[in-house]
Amino acid sequence: MSHSLVTMSYIVAAILFILSLSGLSNQETSRKGNYYGMLGMAIAIIATTSNVSVTAYVLLGAAILIGGSLGVLAAQKVEMTQMPELVAIMHSLVGMAAVLVGYANFMDSSINLIGVEKTIHELEIYIGILIGAVTFSGSVIAFGKLSERISGKPLLLPARHWLNLMLLIGVIVLGGVFLQQTESGDGSLPLLYLNHGGALPLFIMTFLALAFGVHMVMAIGGADMPVVISMLNSYSGWAAAATGFMLSNDLLIVTGALVGSSGAILSYIMCHAMNRNFISVIAGGFGTASGSNAAVVEGEVQPINADEVASLLMEAKNIMIIPGYGMAVAQAQHTVYEITKLLREKGKKVGFGIHPVAGRMPGHMNVLLAEAKVPYDIVFEMDEINDDFPHVDVSIVIGANDIVNPSALDDPNSPIAGMPVLECWKGETTIVLKRSMATGYAGVGNPLFVMENTRMLFGDANATMQAVLKALQG
Amino acid sequence: MKIGIPKEIHLGEKRVATTPDAAAQIIKLGFSVAIESGAGIGANISDAAYQAVGVEILPDAKTLWQQADIVMKVRAPQRRPKLGIDELDFMSEGTCLISFIWPAQNEALMQKLAEKQMTVLAMDSVPRMSRAQKMDALSSMANIAGYRAIVEAAQHFGRFFTGQITAAGKIPPAKVLVIGAGVAGLAAIGAAKGMGAIVRSFDTRPEVKEQIESMDAEFLMLDFKEEGAGAGGYAKTMSPEFIAAEMALFAEQAKEVDIIVTTALIPGKPAPKLITAAMVESMKAGSVIVDLAAEQGGNCELTEVNKVVVKHGVTIIGYTNLPSRLANQSSQLYATNLRHLLTELCPEKNGIINVNMEDEVIRGATVIKEGKITWPPPPPKLSAAPVAKPETATQVVAVPEKPNALMTFLPLIFAGLALFGIGAVAPESFMTHFTVFVLACFVGYQVIWNVKPALHTPLMSVTNAISGIIVIGAIVQISAPDTVVIILAGLATLMASINIAGGFLVTRRMLEMFRK
Repeated sequence: MSHSLVTMSYIVAAILFILSLSGLSNQETSRKGNYYGMLGMAIAIIATTSNVSVTAYVLLGAAILIGGSLGVLAAQKVEMTQMPELVAIMHSLVGMAAVLVGYANFMDSSINLIGVEKTIHELEIYIGILIGAVTFSGSVIAFGKLSERISGKPLLLPARHWLNLMLLIGVIVLGGVFLQQTESGDGSLPLLYLNHGGALPLFIMTFLALAFGVHMVMAIGGADMPVVISMLNSYSGWAAAATGFMLSNDLLIVTGALVGSSGAILSYIMCHAMNRNFISVIAGGFGTASGSNAAVVEGEVQPINADEVASLLMEAKNIMIIPGYGMAVAQAQHTVYEITKLLREKGKKVGFGIHPVAGRMPGHMNVLLAEAKVPYDIVFEMDEINDDFPHVDVSIVIGANDIVNPSALDDPNSPIAGMPVLECWKGETTIVLKRSMATGYAGVGNPLFVMENTRMLFGDANATMQAVLKALQG
Repeated sequence: MKIGIPKEIHLGEKRVATTPDAAAQIIKLGFSVAIESGAGIGANISDAAYQAVGVEILPDAKTLWQQADIVMKVRAPQRRPKLGIDELDFMSEGTCLISFIWPAQNEALMQKLAEKQMTVLAMDSVPRMSRAQKMDALSSMANIAGYRAIVEAAQHFGRFFTGQITAAGKIPPAKVLVIGAGVAGLAAIGAAKGMGAIVRSFDTRPEVKEQIESMDAEFLMLDFKEEGAGAGGYAKTMSPEFIAAEMALFAEQAKEVDIIVTTALIPGKPAPKLITAAMVESMKAGSVIVDLAAEQGGNCELTEVNKVVVKHGVTIIGYTNLPSRLANQSSQLYATNLRHLLTELCPEKNGIINVNMEDEVIRGATVIKEGKITWPPPPPKLSAAPVAKPETATQVVAVPEKPNALMTFLPLIFAGLALFGIGAVAPESFMTHFTVFVLACFVGYQVIWNVKPALHTPLMSVTNAISGIIVIGAIVQISAPDTVVIILAGLATLMASINIAGGFLVTRRMLEMFRK
């Protein structure tokens, strides 16, 4: 295939990717959008493989086949509650691939550039590997935290900001050394087949970048996970874009930029939803409750049992369900929908109120509810329904805490002060499902629990919801 | 222990301190219950009904007072020489009395009770807190009084409450103003609303606005800021400026409304005078004022205690015994309040009371313990009103940060300089790629903002899949001469393929689930 034809295919692929993302603007067009994406990817791969310079078809076929089947397997087996983990591990794969491509490109002896072009090329390799390595190690840690292989609590090393700064300075200095040595031919590592000038600083930088990724995500608390996931999403895009620069491939640049800006916007939306700025999230340490002198919550909680909840629901006309990560953990979404169906059959208005940061990744709750076959037109965003709470008879909070914490609005000392929350306490009655009286992920006490119109239903969310369902049926 | 319930001797008092239902439950607690013959007649309860649940009937008051260890009453003990009954005299030493006492207004009585070494629990002193609500006789009686106030008003009002359009002409709805939205006020609002009237209400405590509006009545706003809630959720005396503004509002409303129900009380003080003679004069002829504060001097200047008077064509009702006018209902509620108190006093259900001064509710209600006056109790720990927040705290939220112009433009200036720097040194080939990159970022920015928040997870998985485009970088290199490069490129291809297949398929799986 001629060079121009390949370029033309790339343009088509890039347009298809853009259409794919714009298809996600609503549920009806989203499926079509996904197919556009697949088509674009197929065109890009076929065009690249049919390029004259590609000859190792066997190896290529084997790699794509093995990788593809692994991907298919993962996509079929994953539980919807594990989506954040899957997304995190896939980010790490992109990061790793970027590192590998960078090294391959670095070692490729067939590239001959001179002067400024050479310098820029080397710099592109350096940056590509840097971003790829940070993405890789950060995502692996994020995966560990999400799958609870690593504690969700932030790990705060002493002087961690200085450590980060030193790593950054180290990376910049090494970059300078790297560029010099690629000119002079020093610092090669023949042992590792890295017999090019500047291999040593490149190698050290990779380690520093990996350490930086680990350190950065380790310092971030569980409540900030949605931000971290979207940030890593963004990084994986920038890694692809950097690789594109390195290989002078416009399709990689376009796609990388699309993914990068998508992740950046998601991070911004998540930060905005928590009323925090991006720097403070990345600097980490949130969720420790240390240093905050927020008002201590005092008062008595009023427990309720499943039968009483059922009779409250039978009397209510307007019901709002507020799910949080706890619902995902307890796998209660199916039972919740059974209850919803029953109540809707009895002519009651039932809605779901979703906070932007409910769950562990953007849109997590919507996917879980969709899995339970909840129709998406009764699932509302926070801004759509927050003003309607005075007309709500019963709100059910399932496994959520910080997103319904009134102290975010009225206690300036609270660590989550200023974060917009679902104002369920303005309704007639709020029922809070909770495993026990523990603080939320943010480690913040919640005055909602002791409010006069709040009733607490203790126990595993799925078991208690089953009991409520039974009481409603019986 | 034996509980005795005498017949009430206060003039016009028809209530009785227990009902057969409540008595049956009290007996279950281990007590024996005796009642003076005919005590329930005023509330339409016969002796036989009591007897049926095992209550002993005693012939006269004297016998009853002498036999009982605990006497439960509605009104505080008093003398009625005409009937030949002197309750103060009947009381035997060391017994227990549970009734309304009003210790602040009845010092002489308190002294007398203390002299007799009695233990006295005052139903009017039960603290106002969530746990004690079931024993709060003031609230249950106020509820009845509020309801009855509207019934009395309707009795003396010459028109309908509800509006109607009939063949014989239009009936305008009555306009009712309820001043003070406590328990009685809210009950009055509910009753008036139920009869179809247009109801407005005013209260010095802004937090009751929601309660008034929840009853579908209109809250009259006063354009004046002052916190009206005192300790324990009751109202307090307001500043003179506030009162002036308030009076202006009432004067204006008086000309317009047909019925005024006043319920304004401040604990331990005479009722505030809210409706002046001039206001009464300005009201339409045939209007009605029901003054629920008559016993404490009345909210209206022209109120006469326990009488219905007509002044300037306006009927002013000053009854103080409104609960007694619904004797059966109020006896039931009062008996239940007493029964709950007994349950608290006798946790072991062995028929012996334990006046546990550690318990906040019992401590509050006990005004005399074994001859020692224990009134007033220490202030309650929990208040129904929200605790005022410190000033400084609210200010932190109120002051918005002024954006610094320098801080806004500095990053832009830096970005501009950086771009110039790149432009100065970069070769042409780089610049074409860079153009593509910047444009793609902007396209991405425009497209992503349109994505629905509900689809953010599919967005992430699909971007995951398309960032697998890095595979083409690997494909280009897989045919390189060096073995190491081939291995690295092969591995990269494998990883990127996982992403592509996994990302697209899991997105499809998710999107299939989104159904209307």
